[in-house]
Amino acid sequence: MGNFFLLILIYTCIYALMSIGQNIITGYAGMLSLCQAGFFAIGSYATAILTTGFGWSFWATLPVAVLLSALFGLLIGLPTLRLKGDYLAIATLGFGEIVRNVLNNWDSVTNGPMGIQDIPMPKFFGMKINPYNKIGFLLMSIIFLLVAYLLFQRLSRSRLGRALEAIREDEIAAESMGINVTKYKVAAFMLGAGIAGVAGSLQAVFSLSVTPGTYTFMVSVMVLCMVVLGGMGNFIAVILGSFIIQLISYFPQLTGLSSVIPPQFKQILFGLILVIMMIWRPQGILGREQHLYGADRKGRKK
Amino acid sequence: MILLETQALTREYGGVIAVNGVDFVVEQGLISGLIGPNGAGKTTLFNNITGLDVPTKGKVFFNDREITGLPAHRICRLGIARTFQNIRLFKELSVAENIMVGCHFMTGKSPVKGRFGAALKSYFSLQEEEDDLYDRAMQWMDFFKLSSFRMEYAKNLPYGHQRELEIARAMASNPKLLFLDEPAAGMNPQETEQLMETICRIRDLGVTVVLIEHDMRLVMNICDSITVLNYGLKIAQGTPREIKSNPQVIEAYLGKEEDDE
Amino acid sequence: MSISEILQHFMNGLTLGGIYALIALGYTMVYGILKFINFAHGDILMVGAYIGLFAFNALRGSAPLGTWTIIAFFIAMVISMAGCGVLGMFIERVAYKPLRKANRLAPLLSAIGVSFILSNSAAWAFGTQSRKFDYPFDNTPFNLYGVIITPHQILILAVSVIMMVSLSLFVDKSRMGKAMRATSLDQDTAMLMGINVNHVISLTFAIGSALAATGGILIALDFKAYPSMGMMTGLKAFVAAVVGGIGNISGAMLGGILLGLLETFGVAILGIPTGMKDTIAFGVLILILLIKPEGILGKAEKEKV
Repeated sequence: MGNFFLLILIYTCIYALMSIGQNIITGYAGMLSLCQAGFFAIGSYATAILTTGFGWSFWATLPVAVLLSALFGLLIGLPTLRLKGDYLAIATLGFGEIVRNVLNNWDSVTNGPMGIQDIPMPKFFGMKINPYNKIGFLLMSIIFLLVAYLLFQRLSRSRLGRALEAIREDEIAAESMGINVTKYKVAAFMLGAGIAGVAGSLQAVFSLSVTPGTYTFMVSVMVLCMVVLGGMGNFIAVILGSFIIQLISYFPQLTGLSSVIPPQFKQILFGLILVIMMIWRPQGILGREQHLYGADRKGRKK
Repeated sequence: MILLETQALTREYGGVIAVNGVDFVVEQGLISGLIGPNGAGKTTLFNNITGLDVPTKGKVFFNDREITGLPAHRICRLGIARTFQNIRLFKELSVAENIMVGCHFMTGKSPVKGRFGAALKSYFSLQEEEDDLYDRAMQWMDFFKLSSFRMEYAKNLPYGHQRELEIARAMASNPKLLFLDEPAAGMNPQETEQLMETICRIRDLGVTVVLIEHDMRLVMNICDSITVLNYGLKIAQGTPREIKSNPQVIEAYLGKEEDDE
Repeated sequence: MSISEILQHFMNGLTLGGIYALIALGYTMVYGILKFINFAHGDILMVGAYIGLFAFNALRGSAPLGTWTIIAFFIAMVISMAGCGVLGMFIERVAYKPLRKANRLAPLLSAIGVSFILSNSAAWAFGTQSRKFDYPFDNTPFNLYGVIITPHQILILAVSVIMMVSLSLFVDKSRMGKAMRATSLDQDTAMLMGINVNHVISLTFAIGSALAATGGILIALDFKAYPSMGMMTGLKAFVAAVVGGIGNISGAMLGGILLGLLETFGVAILGIPTGMKDTIAFGVLILILLIKPEGILGKAEKEKV
């Protein structure tokens, strides 16, 4: 049972990486992206193919995963980011589905629906980080999450974060204040995609195999739920959101009621979460981050 | 010295000519007014100068440099800032943050393009940059007497203060030329008085101001030069006294018969 | 490709397009009035298919194919349309109406939630296996000038045309239709003119959902009914609506037919494998969004500064 809880924590970390990305895109920049699963998949497959096919080490595949996902973020972002919210959502949904479709059909590279198996475990200074030994892997995941959190937290509490929020609030005003809206939107998208790629890499060496069936639209919706539930624009909140969603996801197994509770249970809950949160508490459980300036600052001495 | 001028600026939308061959001239250091009946093309002219819209014909020159058709964010960086007819504040951001956005491309330490570099460089240097921006914002808040509101969400501000905040945000980019689109709209007489004073103080800082307004008292009182548009055409330009007695202007506003002023 | 081959693809594309058009109408009408994409619309067609299936099976009993089954089928269709109409209105009232004043993301997220609830509830209730929807008539194809046509296709064409014509007449000529058009142009003014905007919105959802129900039943006849059938078809119907010009009823019809033809001819001419068939729709979407985002019949909307 404790082992199972560790599993939940590991998935919390992996998915939290994606929700951090979603937070930048949706919480800060206000763009509804529904394709985190697509970038997740790209990261996973990058690692899978490079380690099994070319003998690369996990660590070497990480930058490739990030860059490749970010590149796709750029490719998708550029044409679609000038679209209005609704259209952008559908376009990103389409992209996510195309990725899954391609992974399913491009047998020569991705091995189709069978996916890629026997991914080697990552090594840390010669020591294997065995996913079956959950504590070791959890430690690694937490470190990843911590680094991502610090990085994104810093980025958001700066001109970048503020520019994105300005864009979310009023694009035209933001543009008139000297912000190159397109550039920043694409940047946000690439950041969100890149971190999802990292999550994908982690996922690949955790489950030691990748199949297209893992990277469905539901994953994107789960990530969205995490952000909505926790609180948009708040990085701690989305990590909390990730934890709660994972708990819901594994609730049947946790309580031993797997035979009674159908697999659709959690998905219906996710749907309910979205609807209820939007109507009742759209800012999420923890609400938007309160880093308004002046509260604890005295200003510099002249 | 002429700071900004348009040459035969024209903006057509399908069959409608919103701005028709307008030569708009702005002298440096003055407060210029742009007036005209509703639908005369004033805001369209603003939009075409500030980069939110692209002229169909004609050119725009700022400081003897052509800026026709440049995107709004480039024009802002060249030194032109503006406010909007329907207030466009960043509602969910605080007053301080709104102004800090105005300072967006001004930094004390790191170069403008270095935002990623700065972020990755050091945890602390980014904080310094933020402190720097905050201090600048504080200065502007003091100037506009908004300091007590600095932590307040922009959406919660009383109306008059919202308009002032929008001007503060525009000023934060240290522009040479400031466009105000109906800054007094919806203000009561006291607020309008304060606004007039504020605009004069801005002028005293060396900023050239152009404002669209319908409040004639304000316009006649503080403007050094007034340009009048009607149906997209420039029908007059001159001092308030000249404009007041210009028959074409009177006709445009009031029709052929002379009613009370 | 021979003439008869072209005609064949044309026929197939047309019938496919008819279905897309029926569903696209729901998207476009809702968008026209609320400027909002009802993400859950595709799942309503799924519900429609199931209601139709159960109603038909219940009414039919064990009767052999004949006049009664055909009548039963149409009764089932009407029941399904009514049921989905009510469902559409209910969803609007519960999940969208409270969010009318909220920021633009909120209704979208809510719609995604509704979609999830619908499709997974159906999977829970009915199982994920697809169910066969028996033809109420003998579906033997017949040969017309070298083109093979099934009665099913004739049915689709007939229903589509009847529905589209009825809707056009309703929107153009009736008082309620005029109210709908007014509301889609300017909600506040329509309210000032005495139009009950809430009723108009409810009606829009009802009609759109009813049309989706017919689309769902017609698909289910061919492809069977299963809980996730709404997503893909719904998405493609949305693409059709965008292509034709979202918010524009004629646009939805045009877009639907166009997409059906593009998909059929695309597979035939470009040799796209069946697994990737769906990608055609997305490709078309990206293309139209790049070239003419307001759609073929749409008008570019400029935001007033």
